[in-house]
Amino acid sequence: MRKLSRRKLITTGLAATAGVAGLGVAARLVQKYGLVPPDHGGIFGLGETLTYASQRLVTRHSLAREFSSSQISKPPFANEIEPLTDQFKRLQARGFADWRLSVNGMVAQPASFSLDQLKSYPSHTQITMLQCEEGWSYIAEWVGVPLSRVLDVVGVLPQARYVVYFSIEPDTWESIDMTEALHPQTFLTYGMNGDELPVGHGGPLRLRLPRQLGYKNVKFITHLTLTDSLKGFGKGLGSASSDAGYAWYAGI
Amino acid sequence: MAELESVGAPLATSVPASDSSVPATTVTPRHSLFVRVTHWITTLCFFALLVTGAELVISHPRFYWGETGNDLTTPLFKLHIPSSRSLVPSGYGYVLPDQNGWSRYLHFQSAWIVVLTGLLYVISIFFTGHLRKNLFPRKADLSWREFSSSIADHLRFKRPSAAEAWSYNLLQRLTYLFVVLILFPLVIWTGLAMSPAFVSAFPLTVTSLGGQQSARTLHFFVSLALLLFLLVHVLMVFLAGFKSRMRAMITGHTATNKERT
Repeated sequence: MRKLSRRKLITTGLAATAGVAGLGVAARLVQKYGLVPPDHGGIFGLGETLTYASQRLVTRHSLAREFSSSQISKPPFANEIEPLTDQFKRLQARGFADWRLSVNGMVAQPASFSLDQLKSYPSHTQITMLQCEEGWSYIAEWVGVPLSRVLDVVGVLPQARYVVYFSIEPDTWESIDMTEALHPQTFLTYGMNGDELPVGHGGPLRLRLPRQLGYKNVKFITHLTLTDSLKGFGKGLGSASSDAGYAWYAGI
Repeated sequence: MAELESVGAPLATSVPASDSSVPATTVTPRHSLFVRVTHWITTLCFFALLVTGAELVISHPRFYWGETGNDLTTPLFKLHIPSSRSLVPSGYGYVLPDQNGWSRYLHFQSAWIVVLTGLLYVISIFFTGHLRKNLFPRKADLSWREFSSSIADHLRFKRPSAAEAWSYNLLQRLTYLFVVLILFPLVIWTGLAMSPAFVSAFPLTVTSLGGQQSARTLHFFVSLALLLFLLVHVLMVFLAGFKSRMRAMITGHTATNKERT
């Protein structure tokens, strides 16, 4: 056993102090910025938390790449959808005139919006890529209203931390943090490539998040709820995908 | 003999090289503890990345060039394997079970661990002299004659000399440098270039590669290059003596320690 030299003692001491201080700073940052994802438990919690935390520190306000109209994929690839429910078919038969988007939870004024109401807000357009976790992708022009606009109308309470969004399809729901919800490219999308949003692409209403993978871009949106905790939803992991074993944060 | 002393430094510096009565325990290990630990962490992570990466490819075994690509576009090439997704025109009459959930979790977790380990390793090899002493080719070796004789020795599957058991030969050094300083950075870069959130902050990461699908295709090829390295590396370990090389990388010591002292 070698004897501890004074130099070694001092450097070890300094390194230990720096380490403890670093952990302290990290814990502060985590609390301040909400850097822990709802699926942080289990054996993959370490990797997931590192990914989500570093993305939140580095890419909080960055904008997804936008493309020129010549880069739009023709025709856009529509992924498989579950067989449409009778409820959906009834709404479809009436041209989605009775489609409603209800918003509740931690909001000042719970509300329900028709598609016409959503379309009455100034529309926004983005030409962005949709990337599937499987590896394929396409570029399309998406038209819709920023989610932040709808959240402004209902008045989000300051304690709200997540937006949980539900499809008309059974057991299809996801959630995002307020950073992603208020991001200028997060759209409630009703138009695509100069037309109505096709049913195959989630029409009449799809939540579009160009900074996250396809499975977070839920089709057939009918309901949003604002919450400060995801514990009461499904297994508490933040989304139906996470309940099925997929990561909650899909910006990777 | 100068060659022996310049590399590997098998003997503790406090012990004169001529002293033959030195017990084996004072001998510097063949591989330092740091190199051994980072080696095996990297090995574990690489296996995890390889298996999960293959699993992810199965969900879309088609590769493209440019920004976009999907079942409606012409692929650059496709792998003739069954797929875990029914929409992929794989040509097989069945669909494999979906394993992407845990594969993605494990892929990224292993990536984090291997990247952090790799960072520590790269920083340390600059400071400990490992890079200069053991990885950069020795001046004497930097000639075409050395290079071609080293290649010839490899092609003849010549067993390494006793000297080589204590240091890396020229081809080994060039290969390790290529893997550590070229392939690993490339595989990290092409991986990050596929992340929609990461490239929103650093678009050059992906545009410089020619697009998101190009990044995916390049990621696949760099991974194949790393797999090729792994296979050759393991083959070389077998040729050089599996038991002694494994012992050296696990315990740090080789049987030749005793012979030499």
